[in-house]
Amino acid sequence: MQLAVNILVLASIYALICCGYVLIYRVSRVLSLAHGELMMLGAYGLYATAALFKGHPLIGVAAALALALLVGVAVYAALMWRMTGESVLAAVLATIALGILLRGAMILMFGTQTQYPLRDLGWVNASVPIGSARISSAGLGLIIATVLSYGGLFVFLKSTRWGIRMRAAGQHPLLAAQRGIGLHGVYALAWGLATLTGGMAGMLIACDAGLEGTLVIIGLKAFPAALVGGLDSLLGALIGSLVVASAEVMLIYYVDPLLSDVVPFVVLLAMLAVRPWGLFGTREELDRV
Amino acid sequence: MSGYFRVRYADDFALVDTRAQKAWLAAFVLLLAIYPFLANALWLDLANQVLLSAIGALALMLLTGYAGQISLGHAGLLAAGAFTTGILFKELQASIWVTLPASAAVGAALGFLFGLPSLRLRGLYLAVSTLALHFIVIFAGGEYETKRGYSTGIVIESPITSSLGWYFVLLLAAAATLLFALNLLRTRTGRAWRAIHGREAVAEALGISVQRAKLSAFVISSTLTAISGCLFAYYRGFVSAEAFSLYLTIQYVAMIIIGGMGSLLGALLGTVFVVLFPYVIDAAMKLVGASDRLASVIFAVNYAAFGLVMILFLVFEPQGLVGLWRRAQNWFLLWPFKQRPLSK
Repeated sequence: MQLAVNILVLASIYALICCGYVLIYRVSRVLSLAHGELMMLGAYGLYATAALFKGHPLIGVAAALALALLVGVAVYAALMWRMTGESVLAAVLATIALGILLRGAMILMFGTQTQYPLRDLGWVNASVPIGSARISSAGLGLIIATVLSYGGLFVFLKSTRWGIRMRAAGQHPLLAAQRGIGLHGVYALAWGLATLTGGMAGMLIACDAGLEGTLVIIGLKAFPAALVGGLDSLLGALIGSLVVASAEVMLIYYVDPLLSDVVPFVVLLAMLAVRPWGLFGTREELDRV
Repeated sequence: MSGYFRVRYADDFALVDTRAQKAWLAAFVLLLAIYPFLANALWLDLANQVLLSAIGALALMLLTGYAGQISLGHAGLLAAGAFTTGILFKELQASIWVTLPASAAVGAALGFLFGLPSLRLRGLYLAVSTLALHFIVIFAGGEYETKRGYSTGIVIESPITSSLGWYFVLLLAAAATLLFALNLLRTRTGRAWRAIHGREAVAEALGISVQRAKLSAFVISSTLTAISGCLFAYYRGFVSAEAFSLYLTIQYVAMIIIGGMGSLLGALLGTVFVVLFPYVIDAAMKLVGASDRLASVIFAVNYAAFGLVMILFLVFEPQGLVGLWRRAQNWFLLWPFKQRPLSK
């Protein structure tokens, strides 16, 4: 039972992070390797706003979320729009460089010691019993946030004007642009939403386990989940997270805790060997030589 | 007679053709030969680091810049070479004459393994699969460390002890790598790599086995990288999994980006740039007097500045340092004109 709860929490962490990878990739065909750092920036945003709005935790959280959205849009406006239409390598490298830049800047601004934004908000991370198992309230928050974000994104992409524009841009950018859809606006929104959800994941993980440099590694470890599900499918990201999280938790529990850093990547390799486009992704160009 | 004319077929094969080029090359070699006697300990160490990294950067340039295969597993391959050396040294007290070929063999085998996904995957997916392999190699190295109780790292005794000795060994190794790469690129294999970089379908139609070309690119590049890793292990006298983080891969990728894709000169220039970069930042901070205040976070300043420089190059000068160099060269060549004449 505890095992199932652990899997569920880890899966929702991965899923919440993954939807950033998926959104950006689906809309603009760019893989953002700065996602871990952006996630951490979101968490530091919460740390900053919690100190700023002392005594009003809800305002602090809302401000941190708004900040995360803005950061995403700003990243696109400042850097990534220049990479539109460049080669895959150039765009990926730009995000890597951005990641290093952000990591350095964050250490310079906030130092290296572990922070506890939850304490600054004045909340306690209580443990909630579910049946025979226990779950931390931040973990519960993670599951709820994941369900809400995915629900919200499904509705957004299916039935709102901007969501439809986004899908169109992802399907055929040239055609979309010629139908009068402003690609830069759509891409910026995708970066904003991706950073928002990633930042949300960062904040909740920081609330659960403290805010420190390892957050970036969690961000990178979530990437295999996105790829297992299919890089351009939100549903796939959800299922992929579940697959990777259960593989990881089971192997840690039954074999060796040290495996935790490498399991997602082994799953990723297995998937790449069998079905590179993922469980639910669209088949892309593959070589058959 | 003035002017330069190729009158024999041998002239077509010469790596250095004009007399002026030969003179420049001789001067450069002479400079390299007397450099260690002029430099102090720090500058000698810097030169050694540059030469050591140059081997790895040239190897990556062959793979990414010429064969067009993206790899984010470079640190993993360096680690493979270093760990092979470390393990053989610790377990069998093997000498460098055993560990160097063994590292090369492990590199070749891993290169084959890293290259297998490239047969089906391209672009992003290939980058991701090499990234995954990086984590697996590092994990295996870390496992060995903890299982054998060397949790802080493996200490290796080097057969070469003086910096001066290292300088000439590394200079020789780097020069040999450069010569090997220069010549390889003119052979059938090298031309096949450029062809598959250009367009795979056309390359295949020309009778090039794309499969073999890709695998050979991975195997040759990884072998060189593992050799560089082996030398790295001896040079540092210390192997630990932490030294081969993703950041090291990024540094190597930055070398070939900043240097300029598709140019061996670029790989060398990029190596000099990236290796010297932290020292330049350090000196700059001393100059503005901020080094005391930021002493504890100097690595963060490095990170931020490095990221920024990489972004600037990607956005404003995608051709890298070689692009700048060529532009300067053209400016002098075309002077007093600004552009090449339109009609000839």
